[in-house]
Amino acid sequence: MQKLTLIKSRAVPLPAENIDTDQIIPARFLKSIDRKGFGENLFRDWRFNIHTGEPNPDFVLNHAEYSGEILVAGNNFGCGSSREHAAWSLTDYGFKVIISSYFADIFKGNALNNGLLPVKVSEEFLKDILTNITENPGLEIAVDVEGQTISFNGKTETFELDSYKKICLINGYDDIDFLISKKQVIKQFELKTQKYEQQLF
Amino acid sequence: MDNNKKTLFDKVWDAHVVETIPDGPQIIYIDKHLIHEVTSPQAFAELEARNLEVFRPNQIVATADHNVPTINQELPIRDELSRNQVEQLTENCKKNNIELFGLGHQYQGIVHIIAPELGITQPGMSIVCGDSHTSTHGAFGAIAFGIGTSQVAQVFASQCLLLNKPKSMRITVNGKLNENVQSKDVILYIISKIGTDGGTGYFCEYAGSVFEEMSMEGRMTVCNMSIEMGARGGMIAPDTTTFDYVKGKIFAPQGEEWENKLAYWKTLKTDEGAVFDKELEFDASDIFPMITYGTNPGMGISVRESIPVPQNESETKALQYMGLKAGQGVSDVKVNHVFIGSCTNGRIEDFRTAAQYIKGKNKSDNVNALIVPGSQQVVKQIYEEGLDKIFNDAGFQIRQPGCSACLAMNDDKIPEGEYCVSTSNRNFEGRQGQGARTILASPLTAAKAAIEGRISAFENLN
Repeated sequence: MQKLTLIKSRAVPLPAENIDTDQIIPARFLKSIDRKGFGENLFRDWRFNIHTGEPNPDFVLNHAEYSGEILVAGNNFGCGSSREHAAWSLTDYGFKVIISSYFADIFKGNALNNGLLPVKVSEEFLKDILTNITENPGLEIAVDVEGQTISFNGKTETFELDSYKKICLINGYDDIDFLISKKQVIKQFELKTQKYEQQLF
Repeated sequence: MDNNKKTLFDKVWDAHVVETIPDGPQIIYIDKHLIHEVTSPQAFAELEARNLEVFRPNQIVATADHNVPTINQELPIRDELSRNQVEQLTENCKKNNIELFGLGHQYQGIVHIIAPELGITQPGMSIVCGDSHTSTHGAFGAIAFGIGTSQVAQVFASQCLLLNKPKSMRITVNGKLNENVQSKDVILYIISKIGTDGGTGYFCEYAGSVFEEMSMEGRMTVCNMSIEMGARGGMIAPDTTTFDYVKGKIFAPQGEEWENKLAYWKTLKTDEGAVFDKELEFDASDIFPMITYGTNPGMGISVRESIPVPQNESETKALQYMGLKAGQGVSDVKVNHVFIGSCTNGRIEDFRTAAQYIKGKNKSDNVNALIVPGSQQVVKQIYEEGLDKIFNDAGFQIRQPGCSACLAMNDDKIPEGEYCVSTSNRNFEGRQGQGARTILASPLTAAKAAIEGRISAFENLN
């Protein structure tokens, strides 16, 4: 996993609420057995006209003035399906941080497992960011993983981040490395609880 | 607060804690891991890239469901990408000694239908799957939840996950349900009251007489949709209904093992006086047959109500997408498609209910009506009970098992702009096909809509 420490970037505003993972990456693009290439279909049916395939001029990712590694989205981002393809499509497109006032649980976990940082801010702060980047698309937002702060225009808010996950992000570690290191403890647990003997087949 | 008092969730969770990382997550042991073709290939690839083996293949069960056709399953899959994905699953299972109930197997079906009906799902277990509707298995008093593909790889590698314990929540519904109200209506009602993020961060226990009196199929429908209110999972304390359902199933414990497990399962209920982080209560008599009118499962009303005025931009956009207006009754909607199936309502009880209503009637000429059984076992029951004749006579198509039009990864898509009354779980934009308009409902309401070609309340007819 790529390390994530300090992100300073312009941001893309997407104020819609309850953006579900079916919007982030529609199911018909989940047929790949690979992790790569999902970025081109990120927000596919909002981003492109469903009949002509032409870019939809109303959608923010098609606005030349907006770019950057940060996506700022409305409340309850990532609800719905557990498809990790949603996180892969966002990272593949180039996003490193998603800002919202609320994240759905499974999406949040998937994002963190892919070095994509979900930053939960207050509703006021979210509204403030959205207003400011809409007025000034060149505005830079700074996200400090170590200090757990998000800042723009001299305003700062802190965000929550599990201390274990923070270590993972900063160092580029992932959960598999950690769990493999615990194999002995896991085997002892199985013996103690007779788990492994309760086989199905 | 008395610390000795535990909730059902605490009891099952605590029994699976391998280790607690100071100031960090817990290592949680996973009893059963269910996998399917769409969210597992990248996890197998991850393992291979790290030169790791599947740690406990005997605790994994695989099936092909999300991306399979529901016609001619005996023939090679026509769509190349889909065929490749299903073949990859077969290859991965073979290579790693994982039991696969693939296409053509007598136990194949939607992952959340087959595990319970085969007795793989049991009370007190921890169960995961790369699918958010894994919450279904909570109906047995198991901790069951959906995971992402990175976590699928973690469970492959270690049979464990690193998790922070979710907060606990209890939703109690007491009283007597009104006529024609099904378990689907109960959960759609709850979600309409608390919204799609009302349960985020929580694991939810459903309690009260309404759930106690429900069949296992009904409880599964309720727990299935826990994720639609944002909850990590839902669960219901196991009782005689649960034990009777599990007993005798193919992979259920037998003899002495059954007795031992049963004794343990009977302890799996919330202690009196245990404290939840959040408690909600609803009255059964307030619940009527429900439908959704928007683009998330929280946008639901009773069939008798008219569509409410949008409260924000997202709701306005949803009504626009649905081609509906505030103040309008849903009976105005001309229904083009009816889909009865999915992990929410693809069990035998759902088809019995639909068949009972449909018997002797014909579907509306304007409606394309699809019956998609949740598994091969359900198919068998449908034919054994003669329900196939009822559906065929009424002009419904009976398909082969799979997720089908619930997420429309295969050819079972609803065309743009058309309305589908669906017993599935999500009415998101484009969920059933680009531009498709989904109206979620119970199997009974869906059956009625298929006959009438529109959605109407029951009291006018019965």
